[in-house]
Amino acid sequence: MSENTPTPAAPKGKKRLELDPRLAAYKGIWVFVEMERGQVHPVSWELMGEGRKLADVLGVELGAIVLGGDLKQTTTAAETAFTYGADVAYMVADAILTDYRNEPYTKAMTDLVNKYQPEILLLGATTLGRDLAGSVATTLLTGLTADCTELAIDPDNRGLLATRPTFGGSLLCTIQTLNYRPQMATVRPRVMSMPEAQPGRTGRLVTDTLGMNEADIIAKVLSFIPDQDQEKAQLAYANLIVAGGRGMGKAENFQLIWDLAEVLGAEVGGSRPVTHAGWLTADRQIGQSGKTVRPNLYIAAGISGAIQHRVGMEGADVIIAINNDPNAPIFDFATYGIVGDALKILPALTEAFRSRLAVDRRAG
Amino acid sequence: MAEKFDAIIVGAGPAGNAAAYTLAKAGLNILQLERGETPGTKNVQGAILYADALERIIPDFRDDAPLERHIIEQRMWILDDRSFIGSNYRSDEFNSERPNRYTILRAPFDKWFSGKVKEAGGLVICETTVTELIRDGEKVIGVRTDREGGDIYADVVILADGVNSLLATKAGFHKEIEPKNVALAVKEIHFLPEEVVESRFNIKGEEGVVIEIFGSVTHGMVGTAFLYTNRESITLGIGCMVSDFKKGNVAPYTLLEELKNHPAIAPLIEGGEMKEYAAHLIPEGGYKAVPQMYGDGWMLVGDSAGLVNAVHREGSNLAMTSGRLAAETVIALKQANKPCTAANLIRYKDAMDESFVMKDLHKYRELPGILHNNPHFFSVYPELLNRAAHTMLTVDGEDKHSKEKMIRKSFVQRRTLWGLMGDAFRMWRATR
Amino acid sequence: MHIVVCIKQVPDSAQIRVHPVTNTIMRQGVPAIINPFDLYAIEEALHLKDKMGGRVTVLTMGPPQAEDALRKAIAYGVDDVVLLTDRAFAGADTLATSFALAQAIRKIGEATPVDLVFTGKQTIDGDTAQVGPGIAKRLGLQLLTYVSTVDEIDLEQQTITVQRRSEGGVQVIKTRLPALITMLEGTNKIRFASMDDMFRSARFAVPQWNKDRAGIEDVSKIGLKGSPTVVSKVFAPKPKAVKAQMIGADGDTPQAKAAALLDVLTSQHPRLANELGLIAG
Ligand SMILES: Cc1cc2nc3c(=O)[nH]c(=O)nc-3n(C[C@H](O)[C@H](O)[C@H](O)COP(=O)(O)OP(=O)(O)OC[C@H]3O[C@@H](n4cnc5c(N)ncnc54)[C@H](O)[C@@H]3O)c2cc1C
Ligand SMILES: Cc1cc2nc3c(=O)[nH]c(=O)nc-3n(C[C@H](O)[C@H](O)[C@H](O)COP(=O)(O)OP(=O)(O)OC[C@H]3O[C@@H](n4cnc5c(N)ncnc54)[C@H](O)[C@@H]3O)c2cc1C
Ligand SMILES: Nc1ncnc2c1ncn2[C@@H]1O[C@H](COP(=O)(O)O)[C@@H](O)[C@H]1O
Repeated sequence: MSENTPTPAAPKGKKRLELDPRLAAYKGIWVFVEMERGQVHPVSWELMGEGRKLADVLGVELGAIVLGGDLKQTTTAAETAFTYGADVAYMVADAILTDYRNEPYTKAMTDLVNKYQPEILLLGATTLGRDLAGSVATTLLTGLTADCTELAIDPDNRGLLATRPTFGGSLLCTIQTLNYRPQMATVRPRVMSMPEAQPGRTGRLVTDTLGMNEADIIAKVLSFIPDQDQEKAQLAYANLIVAGGRGMGKAENFQLIWDLAEVLGAEVGGSRPVTHAGWLTADRQIGQSGKTVRPNLYIAAGISGAIQHRVGMEGADVIIAINNDPNAPIFDFATYGIVGDALKILPALTEAFRSRLAVDRRAG
Repeated sequence: MAEKFDAIIVGAGPAGNAAAYTLAKAGLNILQLERGETPGTKNVQGAILYADALERIIPDFRDDAPLERHIIEQRMWILDDRSFIGSNYRSDEFNSERPNRYTILRAPFDKWFSGKVKEAGGLVICETTVTELIRDGEKVIGVRTDREGGDIYADVVILADGVNSLLATKAGFHKEIEPKNVALAVKEIHFLPEEVVESRFNIKGEEGVVIEIFGSVTHGMVGTAFLYTNRESITLGIGCMVSDFKKGNVAPYTLLEELKNHPAIAPLIEGGEMKEYAAHLIPEGGYKAVPQMYGDGWMLVGDSAGLVNAVHREGSNLAMTSGRLAAETVIALKQANKPCTAANLIRYKDAMDESFVMKDLHKYRELPGILHNNPHFFSVYPELLNRAAHTMLTVDGEDKHSKEKMIRKSFVQRRTLWGLMGDAFRMWRATR
Repeated sequence: MHIVVCIKQVPDSAQIRVHPVTNTIMRQGVPAIINPFDLYAIEEALHLKDKMGGRVTVLTMGPPQAEDALRKAIAYGVDDVVLLTDRAFAGADTLATSFALAQAIRKIGEATPVDLVFTGKQTIDGDTAQVGPGIAKRLGLQLLTYVSTVDEIDLEQQTITVQRRSEGGVQVIKTRLPALITMLEGTNKIRFASMDDMFRSARFAVPQWNKDRAGIEDVSKIGLKGSPTVVSKVFAPKPKAVKAQMIGADGDTPQAKAAALLDVLTSQHPRLANELGLIAG
């Protein structure tokens, strides 16, 4: 996808869409269960939910790929995968896989694919997922569509229709991987919704071996420095977010955002100009080149609602927009809008919440 | 080792490109410096190109220059708050082999022109700002740029750095430009599909339309507005004298907003996607504000010499012509092995005086002053004219003769008969 | 040490327009820039060269106009550039792009062996972050993605130690050269070229390589033919059917608007109100 300019393809003859019979042997949908330091990244379960839907359309099995260094951890992950919809889990547990390293992970994954031949392979578009996906796709010489926002099955040829933003989010394009298998795609965290787990649901566990010695592997992890700022990882998974944009005027005014967030117990985010100006740290940027969020409540103050911001937050259940321009684009997709000066509305909101929540606490 | 050139040209607008191209083509070793990322990035988009001036520099420019549309129709609209009265001139003769006026977008056009400079052998360096002139006594011997090791030398430095040339002011070549001699114009480009542009303006193929707009949109300030059709966009802008903006409390952007919402304009740009809002100064002091254009080792060309014919909104053609004449002066001196002293560069002034540039500016020399002292040109008249038209065109049982009487009366009421006659006389004298 | 940096010329996406009717990109007047993420790669390579000596070659695959991007790279101080340009490359996806670039790097390495390849984290137009890993796999280079710091390079031992971003922390990883690094953004600041470098850049004759010069024989691996992915549809994002419900009227005080909003939240979104601990006012 890097070079080709997505101009709508000329209507293709059906012939091109006909699958090479040799590839028909590829069956089933796989989701990579991303584990780092024993923790499964939630994006894997979001993808499992999506994979389940696709598998049902195709009438095939949904597989989970679990790679890790500790048998207990991988087994737990595989069992959890079943509760999120996997029918089968392919598991490789080997001490070599304790830390993520490109080489052994690529090998483990490509070996599994070559052996069991899935038709679709989905990974989270995290740093790990992107590193692995690019390597696996090149090794297998197949197509990979990054950062998809929508996945569907083409009813005509049972192929994957992977839709992703292009040109900085101004357009969407749907990409197909025709005569290559597996069809690979990555999806960013929070783009798909988290499915409900079904406790007690089980599946088939297939264990495989890595077939490598530590001595074969050149790259060594010398140390791992966990992020200090615990808040960092939390924005994407916050339920309540108060975000500010350039309309807040200056850095000091962001205190109003923090004040409201504190009363609500919410996280704080912002638009790109805000993080660029240093009013917020870069990891709090929401949008196309920042985080995708999906909170229950998103309050946007002084944000115009540009498409690059919108794609990062429109999955929120309730969006409240505060803007002094009645024609601001954000009012086109927010749930509720308040026209007014954010510097005046925010303190009023903070006060209103404080008093009503306070009443609640007293009553409770 | 610092580099040394036959000539350094500061700026890659129409004036600088014309000078650089002419010099490079003649085989001189030249350097052109531009502060923008590419030639044209800092320049206000959307303009009229007058073919003649460019044709004298690059005769076959039509082959590959990025031209938008050639103009086949000129409209002149006088607006009041809700209506406009106007005239049109449209002629199929403008659809000739070599049309005379084109709409262009400055960014691609300047880039193209700069490409021609490079093809001719000129060295062009962008993203580099000239911060001051290097002098040896009175004589300019080079430029200093904002980069490390940035001193560069040349026999002559041609300043084509646009309106409000800081370099020229800093060097004392002219005083800081006065607010009454400079207009501030704001422009926007509205993108629309080609078919929409064509159907809204009743044009086809490469044809284009220009609308000149006067009237209440400038809130009585001295100024005009304009609309040009490009291939798939419309340029819309409005400009007024800076001195007026300083007095009044209307911001340039407000004027543009009002213009866009005017019932005569709004339907023309409806549905367009606005890109690029730009503000730029136009030197409009005319003949009387043109400073000395040459000295020991230096010349001023284009806007930096204040060469704009405000009445006809011509600038780039004056800029290109001055650039060419400056270059030709240098070439002649080189060929004769003469130094670029003030005494020798006076030939540039002579050539300019002989050209249409100074002749036209001279013709309209009184106009800036008159318009400045007679703001009713921009407030009272437009309203009166529109009401007159309305009265005449409303069929309501009143006979035409009485209507004419009413109109005359309204004119005299708002502006005395002497005032009207004086205006007419002054305008006649100023544009004669 | 010989470092190759891959850069791409991209349209400045901030200035891209979409044709409202046909949904195609209107390229007119959209300036082309060096992919911003690639500037971090160029700077890191130059920084290593300053520290350890060696040479930096910048490579791009693109149309002839991509020469502008290379010229800019020269101004920053790189030693050499290669413009890989051929009609046969048109329509390449990441797989075909990485094939062509890998081939060119091989060719570049014939004169002076390549120790390190840099790419940006991702492009702003393709935005896939796949080309870097793709080149590494094709050339058998050690892959180091999302690198924030190059801690150490030992040319004697042919080892490299870097810090790379991973989920939830920073990995310090040591591996062998030759390696490919995709550079994380915000890790350095591109230098301001000196006047001498600007002159060098303006006068530089940029070498253009076609597919033959890059040693590519098999055309089925490049361009449209070598691309497994096919763009089947391009369309504009759906506008949301319903617009925001506006709270409060023009003259209302901020307090009144805030109260009205909380009322709506409690009545229309009981679950959310419950989560917030909000009660009717
Ligand atoms: C490739 C690319 C990637 C991008 N990625 C992102 C991204 O990840 N995230 C992102 O956010 N942007 C991104 N952008 C930038 C995006 O296009 C917009 O420029 C940006 O979102 C605008 O931020 P804003 O809404 O804060 O500022 P503006 O668009 O300037 O809007 C400010 C708003 O505040 C309002 N306002 C002003 N004063 C007040 C007041 N006192 N009270 C209330 N309202 C007020 C104004 O009416 C206006 O609507 C990206 C752009 C590109 C090209
Ligand atoms: C709104 C508006 C509409 C107009 N419409 C028309 C029209 O329709 N037709 C027409 O003919 N004219 C028009 N003009 C006038 C015309 O644009 C100018 O007369 C013309 O651009 C002058 O060319 P120039 O080369 O002298 O200056 P510019 O085009 O201003 O070029 C100066 C260049 O010098 C560079 N520069 C400045 N300082 C430095 C420095 N210190 N170091 C390095 N580089 C520097 C600048 O970046 C710029 O690129 C219009 C002007 C405006 C503002
Ligand atoms: N056409 C190209 N020429 C050179 N390098 C490229 C090209 N396309 C991508 N790259 C490099 O690969 C990186 C990732 O690109 P992408 O996979 O498109 O996100 C970029 O930051 C560049 O360094």
